[in-house]
Amino acid sequence: MSKKLPKVPVVIVGMGWAGGIIASELTKAGVKVVGLERGKGRSTSDYYMAHDELRYALRYEMMQDLSKETVTFRNNEKMRALPMRTYGSFLLGDGLGGAGSHWNGQYGRFLPYDFEIRSKTIERYGEKKIPKGMTIQDWGITYDELEPYFDKYEKMAGISGEAEQNPMVGKRSNPFPTPPMKVTPGMKMFMDAAKKLNYHPYIIPSANLSEMYKNPDGIERAACQYCAFCERFGCEYGAKADPVVTVIPVAEKTGNLDLRTHSNVTKILHDGKKATGVVYVNTITGEEIEQPADLVVMTSYVLNNVRLLLTSKLGKPYDPASGKGVIGKNYAYQVNSGKAVGFFDDKEFNTFMGAGALGAEISDFNGDNFDHSNLNFLHGAGIRFTQTGARPIATNPVPKGTPSWGKDFKQQSLKYANSTLTLASQGASLPWQHHYLDLDPTYKDAYGTPLLRITFDWEDQDRELNKYLAERAGEIMKEMNPTKMEVSKEMKSYNITPYQSTHNTGGVIMGADPSTSAVNSYLQMWDAENVFVVGASAFAHNGGYNPTATVGALSYRAAEGILKYIKQGGSLV
Amino acid sequence: MADTNSKQPKSSSRREFLKNSGIALGGLVVGGVLGGSLFGSKKAEVEKVVEKSVNYNQALMFFNQEQFQLTEAACERIFPQDEHGPGAKELGVAFYIDHQLASPWGINAKDYMTGPFYPGEPTQGMQTSLKRAEIFTLGLQGLADYSKKKYNKRFTDLTEAEQDETLKVFEAGKEYQLAGTSTTGFFSLLRSMTIEGVYADPMYGGNKDMQGWKMRNYPGNQMSFAKDIEKDEFMKIEPKSLHDHMGH
Ligand SMILES: Cc1cc2nc3c(=O)[nH]c(=O)nc-3n(C[C@H](O)[C@H](O)[C@H](O)COP(=O)(O)OP(=O)(O)OC[C@H]3O[C@@H](n4cnc5c(N)ncnc54)[C@H](O)[C@@H]3O)c2cc1C
Ligand code: SF4
Repeated sequence: MSKKLPKVPVVIVGMGWAGGIIASELTKAGVKVVGLERGKGRSTSDYYMAHDELRYALRYEMMQDLSKETVTFRNNEKMRALPMRTYGSFLLGDGLGGAGSHWNGQYGRFLPYDFEIRSKTIERYGEKKIPKGMTIQDWGITYDELEPYFDKYEKMAGISGEAEQNPMVGKRSNPFPTPPMKVTPGMKMFMDAAKKLNYHPYIIPSANLSEMYKNPDGIERAACQYCAFCERFGCEYGAKADPVVTVIPVAEKTGNLDLRTHSNVTKILHDGKKATGVVYVNTITGEEIEQPADLVVMTSYVLNNVRLLLTSKLGKPYDPASGKGVIGKNYAYQVNSGKAVGFFDDKEFNTFMGAGALGAEISDFNGDNFDHSNLNFLHGAGIRFTQTGARPIATNPVPKGTPSWGKDFKQQSLKYANSTLTLASQGASLPWQHHYLDLDPTYKDAYGTPLLRITFDWEDQDRELNKYLAERAGEIMKEMNPTKMEVSKEMKSYNITPYQSTHNTGGVIMGADPSTSAVNSYLQMWDAENVFVVGASAFAHNGGYNPTATVGALSYRAAEGILKYIKQGGSLV
Repeated sequence: MADTNSKQPKSSSRREFLKNSGIALGGLVVGGVLGGSLFGSKKAEVEKVVEKSVNYNQALMFFNQEQFQLTEAACERIFPQDEHGPGAKELGVAFYIDHQLASPWGINAKDYMTGPFYPGEPTQGMQTSLKRAEIFTLGLQGLADYSKKKYNKRFTDLTEAEQDETLKVFEAGKEYQLAGTSTTGFFSLLRSMTIEGVYADPMYGGNKDMQGWKMRNYPGNQMSFAKDIEKDEFMKIEPKSLHDHMGH
């Protein structure tokens, strides 16, 4: 029997970026909040031995323990889905701060095109341009409506970026709060080459602070040290914006946050119309606890947001055969295997130095910034050079034809250890009727709850996009004058083994129409007005940027919606 | 461009850095670098201990003697000694592999190892119920058996060329089969663990005296590159290990 606790105004499930932002906004407004986090607490003092490539980057010290919980995966419905038994394609956050504690901090607002992708595509190319089965739809919000919330996230995190407005991206109401990151020789070579080709390069906006910064909540953080142990690692300096050093301490200081770590939520309780609370397991004692609440906020990352709604039977599950239903719909990922690698025989770069978000990018081939009339794909990608710190176990580039071990491998990998620069594309992933999330019929987690099943593959849309963007990256690399270069543009089936990116999206998508979306523009569920489902689960497709800028903006918007709802009740739109 | 950013800490020493940072919210400490434990005066003692030449780390947690010798010989072929510097053997990689196989990683402690198990498609990744330590053990036995069958010798007595040929057979996974696992699964563990053992922090048993890092001018664990990140010239920096970080 579960222990039942007294009712609280708000319970938040998952204390990463989305949960942290919402906790801080609500508690500052005087609302009492319970924050449930399945993992442990964290502080920067945990990162005393952080510069350990093996432990953090290869043994996934900070990520979800897959022995307790994972996902299952198949490329299509004909295959038997099998568990992701060991890490590969994406790395799931766990513990206070979630993946926000070990992210890179690369920051990019989605484009105005993204939020109105269907309308704008039809407007420019006609409806026939959208292939059958591709389920792109407008998000129910425009870039201009979301702009103030991007701004809010940037001020909280102290995003470092260029003062000048880049012509290829959405208009900003304010400059970035801190100046851009430093420019390395590799970044300069890339930007010079891109300018020669008449593109519009810029320094990637960064959540690794370029200088000491005090945010509007009074949080002061140190500048980035370019220490090169950033993505997959925690920042010992607190320079990387992380919920643990930004929003969570603000919420705690109000005295209104009751933060409970080691609390794994297994169910959302509801009466068919509204949620009444959640059930969680104290993972230390094994005790099952019921926490009644007036309002439930789901911020347990894309995958568990979907899974918990499905296991709790809240909202209409998506049916891929009819395309009806919404929970699990429009799962998308990131198309980023297009690359151009340059080997520079007579140059050495300090690429072992770096920061998670250090780099430069062009958006000339992102979104609909270029004419797609004669192209057989939609959307695009950013092309970027990043210098995140080339660590020696994972970074051993050798020219094609070199064996992967032995004398030649040793010689070539030493030769090119500091003489290789890579341009990579980070592309949009558009949704299809047959790509979706549902519950696995066979495999369960440590608490007996079914695992989430991913059905996903690459389509010709992705292959064409990838090829086109890799060719453009190759042209830029050529301008950078390498001794040799290799362009990789082939894309077969989606494979869950190699790391690609932790940019899973969709499943509880936002929109203006309850029959085709699960949440409204405040991320309030159409089917349960006191449930807000926040995160990249709300993305109707994935754009050509890292997701957290848009997740952050949507979280601030949801927080505003929640405060409104607490006052007035009912559907907010 | 060099030092226009006066808000950067000027010195990279932790103490100096702290003076410049003030990582606090109204007295609430959010920066771990402020922790008292970082100011311990243990540095001198730690240094005394490493002066001893005995390396107590070099003993076995998992392998028997034959397995250790086999591993040492095989990983030396993956990353051989040459004019650039030491190979896997001298770097202590076989000790590294031994220690890893004895660790939680060797028994897949953080992997989803619940059945049912099916072979799966290549896109679905690792689907075996065998643990890494088991796969490695079976693979080593395979190396011993194959050498005996093909050359009538022990793997460790083969010429370098014969050892390379044997490893190529295991890498390709066609000519010779293992019961219960694949030679390719074993080979990819051998390869990846060898590279790890060459370049992981020396505390794990390989990368002896940071020689793996030195061969490629990798400086290991440094506190800050803020002063140097913009520089054009290549920086050769004396490497530091995590051990050097103790007592900071
Ligand atoms: C290595 C890496 C690099 C990345 N780099 C970038 C980048 O450069 N730029 C970018 O924009 N994005 C990046 N990301 C993605 C970014 O981290 C995520 O977009 C962001 O953290 C999402 O925020 P979230 O709050 O939705 O999820 P998270 O931050 O993951 O937080 C979810 C939290 O919910 C908890 N939780 C889950 N299930 C339960 C449950 N049942 N009960 C209780 N708690 C639960 C989790 O433990 C976790 O703490 C990166 C991710 C990784 C892994
Ligand atoms: S690179 Fe900068 S932000 Fe990243 S962990 Fe190092 S100091 Fe922190």
